[in-house]
Amino acid sequence: MLAVFNVHVTIENKPGISDPEGETILNDLVLKGGDSSISKIKTAKMLKFTIKEKDKKSAQAKVQKICDELRIYNPMVSKVTIDVFDAS
Amino acid sequence: MKVGVIVFPGSNCDRDMYHVLTDVFNLDAQYFWHEKGLPKNIDAVILPGGFSYGDRLRSGAIAAHSPIINDVRKMADKGIPILGVCNGFQILVEAGLLPGALLKNTSLNFMCGWTNLIVENNKTPFTNKLKLNQKIPIPIANGEGRYYVDNDTLKKLKKNNQIVFRYEEVINGSTDRIAGVCNEDGNVVGMMPHPERAAESAINPIDNKPSSLIFESLIKTIGVKN
Repeated sequence: MLAVFNVHVTIENKPGISDPEGETILNDLVLKGGDSSISKIKTAKMLKFTIKEKDKKSAQAKVQKICDELRIYNPMVSKVTIDVFDAS
Repeated sequence: MKVGVIVFPGSNCDRDMYHVLTDVFNLDAQYFWHEKGLPKNIDAVILPGGFSYGDRLRSGAIAAHSPIINDVRKMADKGIPILGVCNGFQILVEAGLLPGALLKNTSLNFMCGWTNLIVENNKTPFTNKLKLNQKIPIPIANGEGRYYVDNDTLKKLKKNNQIVFRYEEVINGSTDRIAGVCNEDGNVVGMMPHPERAAESAINPIDNKPSSLIFESLIKTIGVKN
């Protein structure tokens, strides 16, 4: 029995690679706006997959495989985080 | 001697490249649509600049999966000279034919203007008529031109003499001011600036000779028109 899942793939720069957009949002918007409790903002790209699979684990594995094999992210500079949700 | 110019959906420097190869340097050139194969009698391959697939996902990421890339890979393995300019460089990197990655410029701006390159490796098929440390005035036109490699890869590039061009000054945040690299064998070269826009005096306000030597190097490597 297959179920539908939403899989969110977050692609962001690895630590140590500058993210000028995030730095600008932090320094020139948030910190200038007076909220000193924020110490870091990173930009990322998110891809939202809708997939039919038997369970969350296999949905995650399938999307990870697709992302790796098709170089949806560049492993030299990016890291991915994959989160799976039940489709409502 | 025949040079293949690959055309992807969204290439826009293919005609400039073809014009320079044929009209300026009298080479035999032919366009190849990215869905077709490359014939065996091709002596060099150029991936021109542009915005293949509208830079969707990342510059070059979609075109790197085009069917013709399999043939480019085979030719690279055989030692045939291959040059990627701007988006062509991004495609070669995304295809894994060259190391590294090209990120958004640190300014986050599309940068368009003249800059100076310094020749760091004059042993490649596209630089063998240039002198080491020779200065090349040349235009850049890109949004994702910040070349990045991690420290281990940078050490390897230096050790293998794979850094082909550096920018004279820091312009976009590229690792070690790198503007162009080659593969370990040296036959696959990628560069962000546009030599095809700098090889004629009519469109080069500074000095067209150094960029001309990039094409003359190719002629020295593969010979003249049959």
